This record gives sequence, C-alpha cells and structure tokens, in this order.
Amino acid sequence: METYLFYIFSFITVWTVILMILQKNPIASATCLVISFFSLAALFALLNAHFVAVLQILVYAGAIMVLFIFVIMLLNLKKSELMHEKMSRLSFFAIIIGLGLFSFLMMKFFLIPQIFFGEISPSFGTAQEVGQSMFTQYAIPFELIGILLLVGIIGAVLLGRKDTD
Amino acid sequence: MTEITIHHYLILSALLFCLGLIGVIVRKNLLVMLMCIEVMMNAINLTFVALARYFNTPDGHVMAIFVMAIAAVEAAIGLGIVIMIFRNKESIQADDYRSMKG
Amino acid sequence: MPETLITILKIIIPFAIIFTFVPLLVWLERKGSAYIQDRPGPNRAAVLGIRLGGLIHPIADVVKLIFKEDICPSQANKAYYIAAPFIALSVACVTFMVIPFAAPYTRDGHIFTFQAAQLNVGVLYILAMTSLSVYGIMLAGWSSNNKYALLGGLRSSAQMVSYELAMGLALIPLIMWSGSLRLNDIVTLQTAQVWRWNFIYEPLACIIFIIAAFAETNRTPFDLPEGESELVAGYHVEYSSLKFAMFFMAEYVNMVIASALIVTLFFGGWQIPFLPTEVLRENAQMILNIVLTVSALLAIIIGFFLILKFKKRTYGDKRDYEVIVLGIPAVLAGFTLILFLLFFGKIPLSTTAELWITAILQIGTFLFKTLFMCWVFIWVRWTVPRTRYDQLMNLGWKILLPLAMVNIVITAVRMLLK
Repeated sequence: METYLFYIFSFITVWTVILMILQKNPIASATCLVISFFSLAALFALLNAHFVAVLQILVYAGAIMVLFIFVIMLLNLKKSELMHEKMSRLSFFAIIIGLGLFSFLMMKFFLIPQIFFGEISPSFGTAQEVGQSMFTQYAIPFELIGILLLVGIIGAVLLGRKDTD
Repeated sequence: MTEITIHHYLILSALLFCLGLIGVIVRKNLLVMLMCIEVMMNAINLTFVALARYFNTPDGHVMAIFVMAIAAVEAAIGLGIVIMIFRNKESIQADDYRSMKG
Repeated sequence: MPETLITILKIIIPFAIIFTFVPLLVWLERKGSAYIQDRPGPNRAAVLGIRLGGLIHPIADVVKLIFKEDICPSQANKAYYIAAPFIALSVACVTFMVIPFAAPYTRDGHIFTFQAAQLNVGVLYILAMTSLSVYGIMLAGWSSNNKYALLGGLRSSAQMVSYELAMGLALIPLIMWSGSLRLNDIVTLQTAQVWRWNFIYEPLACIIFIIAAFAETNRTPFDLPEGESELVAGYHVEYSSLKFAMFFMAEYVNMVIASALIVTLFFGGWQIPFLPTEVLRENAQMILNIVLTVSALLAIIIGFFLILKFKKRTYGDKRDYEVIVLGIPAVLAGFTLILFLLFFGKIPLSTTAELWITAILQIGTFLFKTLFMCWVFIWVRWTVPRTRYDQLMNLGWKILLPLAMVNIVITAVRMLLK
C-alpha cells in the first residue's frame, strides 16, 4: 500500500513541477505548484512526519502560494505580454547542468547503504517531539530564524511602501 | 514492487531539485523563477524529512521547519522586489532588466 | 470489513449533517432577517398547502437554481472558472472531519471516537484548511475576467491572509492550557462545568477568534469581497445556476464550520452543561425518559396550539388546513410516545444502549450549540453595517494581532502563577 502511495504521489509531484515550468500563464504555474505541494505533504505524511506535513500545507499552500497568486492578480498581466516570453538561450546548457547535477547526486546517494526504514518510536513526528527538539537543542538557530523573519517583515514593508516624499 | 527505501526519497528529491534548477535557468518570468526556487527548497525539505525517518530523530523535521521559514521570507522579499521592478519597467521578464549591464 | 464501513459512515454522516444544515440556515437567515426588520419573511411557497413557516422555500430555491441557464463568459478562463466553485465547496467541507461530535467510549479495549479523523495535529489541520478556502474565491475572481470579480478576489485574499494570523494566535492559549493539538482533548479539558469553558477561561482569545471567524467566512461586517453596493457581487458576479449555488452553499458550509469550531474550542463542544459523561452514562435510562417525556409534552402542546389556530376561510384554499394537518399528527405522536413510555419505560437498558444514548444526547447538544452560533452569525449580519476596507485592515493588523500576542503572554504568566 505504502509503495503504491509513494509512486502515485511522487509521480504527481514531478509531473506538476514539469507542468509548472512549461506553462506560459503564471496562475497556471502557481496552481500546478500548489498541487505538487499537496502531494509533497502526502509524502511527508508517508514518512510519519505529520506535523511537518500539516505545516507544509499551512505555510506553502496556505500562505506563500496565496501571496504569489495575490501578486500575479495585482500585476494583472496582459496576455500578449506573457506570450512573447522566449525560452532562454541557455536552455540546452540548463538541461545538461541539471542532468549533470542529478547524476552527481545519484553517485553520492548510492554510497548510503541500501536499508529499509527501521522501526520508529510512537512519538516520532508529533508536535511535542519536534517542539522539544526545536526549543532545546536548536534554540539558538530558532532565535536566529525569528530575527530573519523580523528582517523579512521590515524589508517587505519597506519594499512595498509607496514613495511618500 | 519492492519496499520503499531511503534511496527512493533521495532520488525523488534530487530530481525535484534539478527540475527547479533547470526551471530557474530556462524561464524568464520572474514569478515563475521564484516558484522554481520554492521547488528547490521543497526538495531539500524532502531530503531532511526522509533522513529524519532514516535516523529516527526529529532533527530533520526541525530543519524542514527552518527551511519553511526561510522560504516564507524569501517569497515575501522576492515578491516585494518583483512589485517594485514592475512599477518601474511595467514588465516581469528578466530580459528587460539589462540596464545595469555595462 | 466493519472497520472500513464504520470509517466510511463517519465520513458520510458529518457531510449529511452539513448539507441538512445549509437549507435550514438559508431559511433561518431569511426568516431571522425578516423578524429583525419587522416583516413576515418568506411564507408563500407551499406543497399541497403546507408551508412550514417558509421551510418549503429552500426547495423552491434549489429547483430554481438548478433550472437556470449556466452561463460561462466568453473571455473567461474556462478550466479555472469551472474548477473554482468545486474548490470552494470541497475545501469548506473537509474541515468537519476533525471535529468531535461526542465523547469517545472504550469497549473491549477498543476506543470508538465520534470524529472521522483523530489527528494529533487537529488544530493545525483546521488552520491549514481554512487557509485554503481562499483559493476558490481567488480563482473565481481571476478567471471570470471581470474587474469587479478581480477586485473581490484581491480583497478576499488580503483579508483572509491577514485574519488567519490573528485566528492562529488566538488558538495558542488553548493549546497551552490543554497541552495537546487534538480537538477532543481540548473539549475534554473544558469539562461539563460551564465556568471551565474556554470562553470564560480565555475571554480575549474567544472574542478575537470569533471576529477572525467572521472575517474568514466573509460574513458581514467583513463581507467586502462581495459587497454588493461596491462590487456588484464581488467574486461570483459572473456565476449563475449551479455554480452560483455552490458558492452560496460554500458560504453557509463555512458558516456552519466556523460555528462548530467556535463551539468546540470555546463553548465546551459536546459537553452538556453540568452533566459529565460518566453521570450521563450511569443515569442514561432516567435521562432518556425525561427527554422523551418533555418532547412528548411539547409535541402535544404545540399540536393543540396549532389546532386551536384553525380558522376557515383565512386564505380560502388548502392552506387553511395546514395547521390541522400538522397539529393532529403532533398530538397523536405525543400521546403515542407517552403510552410507549408507560409500557416500556421501565425495561433496563443494555450497556451499549446506554453508551449510544449518551452519545446521541451529546451530538444533539453539540448541534444545538452550533445552530445557536450560526444564529449569532445571522444576527450580527443583520445588525452591524459593513466596515470600510482600511478599517478592516487596521482592525486585523493593529488591534487583533497585538491583542492576541499580549494574550499569549498573559496566559503564560497565568500558567506560571497557577
């Protein structure tokens, strides 16, 4: 069962990402990306990471992609403008770079011994366990992320502000 | 069908990362380029979560949450810049911003 | 496969409950607004002279909506135009899956829960699903290729993203008290004592959550995405027929779910005031008899009242006999119930029956509370005027969000001092 689910969701994820790259219309790209985020959340759930899976939907599908679609609607692009987009001259090289990186990663990954996933503790992936780890072992990175978010908020406000002077 | 191993997940995340990379290079639409960067971040998240399952620790989940926070900041700032650029040039094609070129 | 069957039933029954609530709420909205504005409200549609005080009107509405012409604007983006109402409705429905309807019971080491999905991240799941409800509205607004619709979509997305924050932060104090993200734990912690319910324990969080819920469901005073005086009808201006009906239903489903959430989180969920689950289970027989006797007496009284109202030639057609047609069966049913109780009321109940009677009473209490909360939504809609857009944003970002954060600190201090 889990095997089938993995193949179904990974197929959906990869296919929607490819579609996203090929679509001319940014809204269509964004919708494809939302679907791929959902199937990624399902993959996280298959990996017993329920907390991260729900956060994936909450943060990516619920906030980041809404922001993207909001900006696309705000800019309200004309159709003609979208259609004249040319593919980069680097396309060929891009694919070569992508395949090269992929094969390099494969070489590295297959150094990891091939074992099936072991047994896990019942509390694995719950909010309690992740939170415990986040606020003890990773307390300093957590604070730094907080500062990063603050900087992000200030930066976004400054960028989005209309010039008043 | 064989049982799912860590390799399946790692291959999937490598594939997603490379697709995101190709997308960033190939596309000229700034918004889609930003989306491709999000895909790359998600690929990293998948690796983290898969390895967390492999090593049976919550560390990977914590890292995945940190990556999400960074992705949110990146999206907010990136979209702010896109809006600023659009106000100046009335375009979101990366090709139209060559004025900085010497 | 009884396990699978039970799971499927647990999924279907909440859906059935939601979709019976929708026409009921449409009726309540029309009749309630009529009483608030001092007019009789819908009372014309009739089947064989039976009007049920306007309850026949939703049937007429449905028939009308189904047979209207389904128009798709020529410049619209077809795929998204068709998908948007489906997204709106389906996203609205899935939230109900985690809401507990009654106390779970244990039988032969087997826990039976009255919720479709016992997630250990229930509260986050709800926040995630409510944050998705914006997609239907945004895609509808964008794909219609209409300026009013686009403005409505933009407004709703900005509004929902802003109020989600306040909503999420308002829930954190509850999670802090219960130490769990499961909705059932939050309800159990509130116990049957009314003063332990969260609206007394966390009044500020309750107020913030209710205001944010109004904004999330796009109801007045925050119905700017569809403000008819400014945007014609906002995001669904181009929709007609069943697609419009789906948006309409999605609005009411959202309202039911928001009410159910408010009840679950702040008003004790399935807890019956002053009657804990154990007491209910022990005295199931007596309570069942009392409930049945009271409902029988009520049926008899209402039936007699209706029969006494009978007067010939008010309308001069079948509608004159409506009170008789409804009154006599009510009286008969009441007397039959009392006779039934006299003969069979003393037979001792089995344990399963006791458990199920408790569950049914709790489900009834929960639904009654939800219905009352829905009435509050309607009440507010017909009492308060619409806010201006800048007021809406100021309220969300400058008042509710800081207040919610302060509330978290206050709760932390209270937990320390306790």
